[in-house]
Amino acid sequence: MATAAVSPSYVPTESYESGVWSWLTTVDHKRIGALYMYTALVWFAVGGLEALIMRIQLQGPNGHVVSAETFNQLFTMHGTTMIFLVVMPLSAAFFNFLIPLQIGARDVAFPRLNAFSYWVFLAGGLFMNTGWLVGAAPNGGWFGYTPLTTYTYSPGLNIDFWLLGLQILGVSSLAAAFNFITTIINMRAPGMHLMRLPMFTWMAFIVQFLLVLAFPVITIALVFLQFDRFFGTNFYATAAGADPLLWQHLFWVFGHPEVYILILPAFGLTSEILPTFSRKPLFGYPVMVYSGMLIAFLGFGVWAHHMFAVGMGAIADSVFAVTTMLIAIPTGVKIFNWIFTMVGGNLRFTVAMKFAISLVGLFVIGGVSGVMHASPPADLQQTDTYFIVAHFHYVLVAGSLMGLWAGIYYYFPKISGRMLDERLGNWHFWLFFIGVNLTFMPMHWSGLYGMPRRIYQYDAGQGWEIFNLMSSIGAYIQAVSVILGFWNIWRSRTHGKIAGNDPWGAPSLEWSIPSPAPVYNFAVIPTVTSRYPLWDLKSPELSRGTLHDRGEQHIEQPERVQTAEELGIPMPYPTIKPLLVALFMTLMLSSLLFIHKDKMPFAVVGILLCAMAMTVSLYSWLTAPLEPEHQH
Amino acid sequence: MATAALPHSAHPATTTGLDHRKVAIWAFIGSECMLFASLISTYLIYKGRSVTGPFPHEWYCPDTHVPTFCPGESAGHIVHSMKPILNIPVTSQSTFVLLMSSLAMVLALAAVENKDKPLPPNPGLGTRILSSSKLWLLMTAAMGTTFLGYQAFEFTSFVHEGLTIRSNLFGSSFFTLTGFHGAHVTAGVLWLLTLLAIDVKRGLGPKDALIVDISALYWHFVDVVWIAIFTLVYLIR
Repeated sequence: MATAAVSPSYVPTESYESGVWSWLTTVDHKRIGALYMYTALVWFAVGGLEALIMRIQLQGPNGHVVSAETFNQLFTMHGTTMIFLVVMPLSAAFFNFLIPLQIGARDVAFPRLNAFSYWVFLAGGLFMNTGWLVGAAPNGGWFGYTPLTTYTYSPGLNIDFWLLGLQILGVSSLAAAFNFITTIINMRAPGMHLMRLPMFTWMAFIVQFLLVLAFPVITIALVFLQFDRFFGTNFYATAAGADPLLWQHLFWVFGHPEVYILILPAFGLTSEILPTFSRKPLFGYPVMVYSGMLIAFLGFGVWAHHMFAVGMGAIADSVFAVTTMLIAIPTGVKIFNWIFTMVGGNLRFTVAMKFAISLVGLFVIGGVSGVMHASPPADLQQTDTYFIVAHFHYVLVAGSLMGLWAGIYYYFPKISGRMLDERLGNWHFWLFFIGVNLTFMPMHWSGLYGMPRRIYQYDAGQGWEIFNLMSSIGAYIQAVSVILGFWNIWRSRTHGKIAGNDPWGAPSLEWSIPSPAPVYNFAVIPTVTSRYPLWDLKSPELSRGTLHDRGEQHIEQPERVQTAEELGIPMPYPTIKPLLVALFMTLMLSSLLFIHKDKMPFAVVGILLCAMAMTVSLYSWLTAPLEPEHQH
Repeated sequence: MATAALPHSAHPATTTGLDHRKVAIWAFIGSECMLFASLISTYLIYKGRSVTGPFPHEWYCPDTHVPTFCPGESAGHIVHSMKPILNIPVTSQSTFVLLMSSLAMVLALAAVENKDKPLPPNPGLGTRILSSSKLWLLMTAAMGTTFLGYQAFEFTSFVHEGLTIRSNLFGSSFFTLTGFHGAHVTAGVLWLLTLLAIDVKRGLGPKDALIVDISALYWHFVDVVWIAIFTLVYLIR
C-alpha cells in the first residue's frame, strides 16, 4: 500500500466542476439524481402536452383537433410517458439522491452501474418518442393488449417502438433496483438498524423488490410479443390455439405491482414531510413499515382485478375481489398513521406540507373508488369508462405526483443549496390542487353516465358535455400551475434563499450535512443511535419516547466545505463507459426495428456491430478500477 | 496529502460483512427466477393446446392433423406418422454433462480458494489435478459448451422433423424457453472463459475467490433452472 504522502494513484475528482463532460461522466449519486429529476420533468412537460391536446379535443362534443389515429397515439404515449418516463424516474431521482444520504453512506454500492441506469433511461425515453418524429408513435394503449398489438392488426412500427422502448427502460429499472437493494442492505452507517431507516428509504427498499420481481414478467410478455411480430411465433395467435388472456395475465402480474412501484415512493416522501412539519415523530413507525411490506406482498396477488370483464368465472373473480379489498387495509392504516402524526402536532403549513397533506386527503378518494371496483359486479359497470380514468388519476396524480411535488419542495434545498420560493410555490400548489380536482372529479360522473375511455369524439346530448368541459378547464389550470412550478425551480436554482444545513428542522441524517451535499456526503460517517438522530441532538424533547441508545451524535458545521482531497476520501473516477454501454445497448435493440422483411441484413449487421461495441465498452468498464486504491 | 491514515479514508466495512457484489448477484438471481417462472408457466399453460403437430410426446399424423398414428398404422407399422419430438435419452446425456459442470465449478472455486496453501510434499497426480483452477475452469466451460452443442443438435434435428419456432404453440414456447436457457449458458461460458483468461494472465488466488464465487452462483443457478426445465418439459408428460 502506498502511503498518502506518496500516493501518485490518487486523482481527486471534484464533482462540482461544471461543463457538459463532467455531467456525461459523473458517477456521483447526487448528480445522477439531479439528472433523473430534470429529465423526468422534461418528459412531464411532454406527457402533459399530450394530455392537454386530448383535453382540447374532448372539451366539447365532436371535437376535431386531432384525428382518431393521432388520438390513439396521444393516449398511449401519455400513459406510457407519465408512468415510465415521469413518475418512475422522478421516484428514481429521490432514490438516487436520498438513499445514500439517509443511510449515512458516501455513494451507492455500484456508482458506475447507477450512471448506466440513468443513461439507459434517457436513451429509452428518446427512443420511444422517436416514434413521433417518424409519424409512428405507439398507439396500442399503455397496456398494449393483444391481439390488437400483434402484427396482423398493427403492422406499423408504432408497437415496435413501444415494446422495444419498454424493454430498454426495463433494463434501466432492473439495474437500478439491484444497486439500491445492495446499497440499503450493505451500506448503512453504524447503528442504522433496519428499524431505524427513514421511512422514505424503507418504502424505496420495498419498491426495489417489487421492481426486481415484477419487471422480468413484463420482459417475457414483451419478448413473446416481439417474437410474434418479428419471427412469426404463436404466443398470442388465437388461431393457433393461444390463450387470448395470456398477455393480460402476464401484463397485469407486472402491471399491478407497478402501481405500488409508482405510489410507495410518494408515500415514503409524505412520511418524511409530515413528521418534520408536525414536529412529532411518525405515528406507528413499525406499523408503517409492515403495512408497506403487506401492500407489496398483496400487490402480487390482485392482478386479475384488471380483468373482471373478460369472464374468468365466479371463483377467480371472487378471489381477486377479496385480495383487492384486503389491500385497502394496510393502505388505510397508513392514512390513519399520517393523520395521527399530525394530531396534536405543531403544524407548519409550508408548500411541501400542503402537497403532502393533499396526498393524504385526495389519495383516499382514489382509494375509495378503488374499493368500489374491487367488487366485480360494480366493476362490470365501471370498467373501460371514465370512472376508471378518474380513479387512477386520483391515485397517480393526486397521489404519486402530489407526493413527488411535495418531495421536490422539501428536498430542493438539499439538492441545490437554495430554497424554492414559497409564495410562487403557494400559487403552484393551490392551482394544482384546484386543477387536479376540477379535472378528475367530474370524470367520475362522465364515467357513471357511460362515457367510454379512449374515445376521440362523442356526440352531444348524452349528458357528458358539462363534465368534459369542467375536466378540460381543470387541465388548463393544471398546466398553468405546472408552468409556475417549473419557473419556480428554474429561478430558485440561482435566486432562491440560501438554505443552510437544515432549513426545516428535520430529524434525519441528510439534514446534518451542508446543502448542497458535498461530493463525499459525510466527512465523518455518522454513528446512529435512534430513528431521529438530528432531533436527539437539536430538540431532544421531540424524540422523547422513541427508542434510542446512548452514543455520540455528530453534526457537520465546517467553516467551509472541504474537498474530498483535503479530507483524504477516495472518490470514484468519473467515466464515460457506462454511457457508452447504454448507448450501444440501445442502438443494438433499436436495430431490431429493421428486422421486418427486406431490411433483415441491415438489422443483423447493426445488431452485431452494436453488440461488439457494447461488449468492448463493458469489458473496458469492468477492468478499470472504480476509485483510487484504498489507503490504509 | 496530509497524513497516511486518516480514519475515514478507509472504506467502512459493509453492514452485513458480505461484499456488495455478492448481495447484488442474489438480487439478480431472484429476478431471474421470475424470468424463468414466466417462461416455464407459459410453456405449461400451452402444453396440449397446439392445434397442429408435431407434438412433444405423442405420435402425430401430418395427413389428418391428429396427435396419433395415421389411419391404418400402428406402433409396429409406420408409414407417414411422425414420432414424438422430445428425445429423452439424448437430452439425459446433455443434462448429465451440465450437472457435472456444476461439480467442476465447485472444484474450480475450491482450487482458487486454496491456491495459497502449500501442496503436500510429493503431491500425487490427483492432488495436482485437484489444485488446478485453470483445469477446472476450462472443464466447466467445456461442459457448458458441450451442453450447447447438444442443444444445437437438438434444435437442428427438430427443425428437420418439422418443428420450428413458428410451427405451433409447442414450437414457440419450447424454443423460446430452452433458447433463453441456452443464452444464459452461453453468457456463463463467456464469463468462465473470461475468468480463465485472467487466471492464465496473472493467476487467480484467494483474493479473487469472490469473483469466482459469484460466477459459480450464476452457473449453479442456470443449472438448477435446467433441472426444472428437464423435469417439467421432458420427463412429465
